[in-house]
Amino acid sequence: MALEESVDLKLLHHNKDGIEIVDVEGEIDVYTAPRLRELLIELVNDGHYQLVVNMEKVEFLDSTGLGVLVGGLKRVRAHDGSLDLVCTQERILKIFRITGLTKVFGIHDTVDEAIATRKSEK
Amino acid sequence: MATVEVTFTPLPAHVRTARLVASAVARRSGITEALLDEVRLAVGEACSRAVESHRLNCPGEPVRVALGTQGDRFEIEVLNAGSVSATRLAGDPRREPAVVPTGFSLAVIAGLADDVQISETSAGTSVKMSWPLSGSVAAGSPA
Repeated sequence: MALEESVDLKLLHHNKDGIEIVDVEGEIDVYTAPRLRELLIELVNDGHYQLVVNMEKVEFLDSTGLGVLVGGLKRVRAHDGSLDLVCTQERILKIFRITGLTKVFGIHDTVDEAIATRKSEK
Repeated sequence: MATVEVTFTPLPAHVRTARLVASAVARRSGITEALLDEVRLAVGEACSRAVESHRLNCPGEPVRVALGTQGDRFEIEVLNAGSVSATRLAGDPRREPAVVPTGFSLAVIAGLADDVQISETSAGTSVKMSWPLSGSVAAGSPA
């Protein structure tokens, strides 16, 4: 389980059933978003094209963070991969709704649900 | 007249500080809990935009944020020393090509604030956002 940590943003990732789970904790904004971006790029470069980003412990997400997630989605799709999100927090889901990105991302209530959905589509 | 004014060096690390101050002032001014997340997000967007503009166009100039009440509304103004037309957010080769359109953050702000006014002033570009105050805690309450 790889760990990158700072006071503002903690990033953990591990593999489950062939899908790389990225657990994000803290705030994703203009200052911290580059770290998430670098991790997503690293995972894709390492050959992980099926990703689930768990945002249940994300306390803040702005358009910079949305841009990073969209960028990650584009990268995995270039390899016929997927990037799904796990989020039930209304205050985080709000920015997805405002921007219409609920239509772009698969957003699930749990990691297991995200994995099951992805597996069933294969 | 602004209740609180914050000035900060245009660094991404300081945007969070501006959000925290805005949340505290908004709560103290009487913004309902339901709107506080929107205030925080809108201020963050406006300050992030200002920081990006300053870093490209005028890195030595601070970003200014003024917060306060005006009648029955809570107002936040983020002053960006650059102009809207001079903002070259997509021109920095260090940046990844934009995956979201230019003006995206302004669209987010418009979706969050009850009222948004963007204007060019002699000091730069002003993004003024406002929300209604709850009736029971209006301007003038002691700190």
